[in-house]
Amino acid sequence: MAFVQKPQVYKSAINTVELGAGDRKIALGGATVYPLYSFDAPIENAPKIGVEISDLGLEGAPKAMLDYYGDCKTIAEVAKKAAAMPGADFVCLRFDGAEPGEGERTVEDCVKIAKEVAAAIDIPLVIAGCKNSQKDAQIFEKVAEALTGRNVLFLSAKEENHKTVGASVGLAYSQKVGAESSVDINLAKQLNVLLTQLGVAKENIIMNLGSAAAGYGFEYVASTIERVKLAALAQGDAMLQMPVVTPVASETWSVKEALISEDDMPEWGNQEQRGIQMEIVTAAACLAAGSDAVILKHPASVATISAMVAALM
Amino acid sequence: MALTGLDIFKLTPKTNCKDCGNPTCMAFAMKVAQGAIPIDKCPHISDEVKAKLDEATAPPMKTIKIGTGENEHSLGGETVLYRHDKTFVSKTLYSVAVSDAYSDEQNEKAFADIANIDYERIGERMRVEAVFVDYVSDGTKFLDLVKKANDMGRTLIINCADADLAAKALEIAAAGKPVLSGANASNFEAMNALAVKHGLVLGVTGKDLAELHDTVEKLEKAGNKNLILDVTMANIKDTFAATVQVRRAAIKDGDRSFGYPSIVNAARLAAGDRHMQTALASLFTLRYGSVVVLEGMSYADALPLFGLRQNIFTNPQKPMKVEPGIYPLNGADENSVCLITVDFALTYFVVSGEVERSGVPVNLLITDAGGYSVLTAWAAGKLSASSIAKFFQEADIENKIKSRTLVIPGKVAVLKGEIEDKLPGWKIIPSPPEAIQLVKFLREFNA
Ligand code: B12
Ligand code: SF4
Repeated sequence: MAFVQKPQVYKSAINTVELGAGDRKIALGGATVYPLYSFDAPIENAPKIGVEISDLGLEGAPKAMLDYYGDCKTIAEVAKKAAAMPGADFVCLRFDGAEPGEGERTVEDCVKIAKEVAAAIDIPLVIAGCKNSQKDAQIFEKVAEALTGRNVLFLSAKEENHKTVGASVGLAYSQKVGAESSVDINLAKQLNVLLTQLGVAKENIIMNLGSAAAGYGFEYVASTIERVKLAALAQGDAMLQMPVVTPVASETWSVKEALISEDDMPEWGNQEQRGIQMEIVTAAACLAAGSDAVILKHPASVATISAMVAALM
Repeated sequence: MALTGLDIFKLTPKTNCKDCGNPTCMAFAMKVAQGAIPIDKCPHISDEVKAKLDEATAPPMKTIKIGTGENEHSLGGETVLYRHDKTFVSKTLYSVAVSDAYSDEQNEKAFADIANIDYERIGERMRVEAVFVDYVSDGTKFLDLVKKANDMGRTLIINCADADLAAKALEIAAAGKPVLSGANASNFEAMNALAVKHGLVLGVTGKDLAELHDTVEKLEKAGNKNLILDVTMANIKDTFAATVQVRRAAIKDGDRSFGYPSIVNAARLAAGDRHMQTALASLFTLRYGSVVVLEGMSYADALPLFGLRQNIFTNPQKPMKVEPGIYPLNGADENSVCLITVDFALTYFVVSGEVERSGVPVNLLITDAGGYSVLTAWAAGKLSASSIAKFFQEADIENKIKSRTLVIPGKVAVLKGEIEDKLPGWKIIPSPPEAIQLVKFLREFNA
């Protein structure tokens, strides 16, 4: 029997969620086919790539990355360069320095930095917090207020702070809420239910289902994304139809493969290449599993992953 | 596709003679459908019907074996599209290409890469499993490469659409049970004869899926079902489409002619771009590439790819664990400092590796944390001051070890106070969060 193509188009769709404002705004989601399966039906919104920058600047960044940013001195200059990186669809500003402890950055300071960054770029902005959810809630509220109208995504609202983050970011200032759960489909769904019950429109929610570097528990990440996509598309579960964004750089650059120097591990060879390939492998695997956006930081990874996405669309 | 009991019943003689040990033909048919008994338990079913049933009840995707001895690998045999449904059984193999179209320098580099990558990760040996020897136009150079590749001690994939030249290559390499690849719509008869003669797996290509399917059907009609499908098309998009659709047709739609493992040639899809090749290797590890061909492999490519593969092909139902207990490292004795962590195999592997690198004698204590990582165990309540105290008691640490210094994982530094309360007399020291920081930490600590 001859082979007949059987396109698999679902009756349900992933929600379309817009980020940013004006000419350079982008949309995530919208598809009725499995992510990347553009052979089943055209995919209107290709997966997007974010470039991560930190409030702590470029200290400790690998050489080619430092070369790329050149003589940028202020955070605004760094943001501008990040936005201009070939393949970049949005910029993600992470407040690493806000973590409670000695010399922590104040909320006011965070607001100031966020405004500088927002003023320097015209592509969409994503704000990521530190590791402390209480502090995050405070930062997000004030930054969301200061950047009203910019349609910023905040990463993330977690179970423990979703009420404050949902109320400020999602309701008071109509920005986008990132719902972060820890690699579990039921927790992801529950958080979406809680946020929608709070009144946050489902078109204003994006999920961060959790992330890990390749080789470090990544199987759970891949399976969770796959299960969420199948529940959204095949079973039409409205509480799982939010697009998925996966932060990759923040995981991959802190594993041994990326961190250990060539002096300490001569047989492993060039350290920067190891970091880049770890970022590329993890990002490609997240997209294959179904992420609608990934957040990277090295120019070489951004170029490769955006070229891969373009080639698949 | 699976047959129902009723389908099978229709094929029995319906005489209820009980020779099969079942009261009726219907009862027999139901058991066969469940896979409880084989069809040949009924002596009265004709060979013709048996063949038909064998076909219908065979698994959706064939398991194909390539190579010999320690280089034998199984490909295919998958029954699901997603690993949360059932464990994937045959891991993706990474293969490095040499070609008569490459410069000598590039080929030498590829051989050097293959020899160089060899390490262990959580009990699994990681190395390039296959050498892809590609013929383009220079037959003499190609045969020379086949010889060299054959000496590498890996499984070969001989990609040569010229049957006469392939015959010569097989004189050199057939004993290692390589894959003979390159059968297509126009040469499949000669290639098939060659593969059958040497008892080899035949690799089939086509300009599109329709042509590929057609050639496979012809080969099957000729009696060959020992096949691999090279699904590499003109570009990345078409190749991805082909790979996914072949697997989907086999598993979901029961299309047996696509129920074979696949080869994806990333070296050809992204020639010269090693970053892109690695990205594609990752993509096709998740999406149905049985063999992925690359231009080379450095540790920068290998470490994340093999790590990813190890993750994706593990059993989702059972975490990999190590036995709780005392692990003396670097010649540690009862006076050496203690370091505690969880029984998740990955964590043990990472932490013990770093301790070994430091050269500092350490008693590594592994607690029962249900096979979870440090933070997962902590969040699940399986790594706490009480669980550590309980472990100390059960493993009789107080009597077995004289040192009273315990280093706890940096990611759970908050437990320090509680542990001090539970383990009077012990000095509790939080460590840096990442294992990689251990070498420096331990050396300074020891100084
Ligand atoms: C995979 C995963 C799971 C898997 C389990 C995998 C496993 N076998 O552990 C599953 C899906 C089952 C899971 C479940 C849960 N998880 Co989980 N999970 C992860 C994930 C993605 C990766 C974990 C991993 O494998 N890490 C790799 C190992 C090697 O790391 P590690 O053990 O920490 O070891 C490192 C260091 O700690 C250090 N180290 C270890 N020991 C020592 C000792 C010394 C002395 C030193 C110096 C260093 C050191 O060495 C290693 C490398 O540096 C993380 C997020 C992430 N990216 O880390 C979340 C994460 C750990 N999970 C989390 C949570 C909350 C949970 C759940 C409670 C949620 C839920 N789903 O119900 C459950 C708990 C389990 C339960 N109730 O059943 C949270 C924890 C939050 C927190 N800070 O407390 C995390 C951080 C995700 C998040 N961002 O929210 N999880
Ligand atoms: S042996 Fe065959 S014919 Fe006899 S009862 Fe069993 S199935 Fe029916």
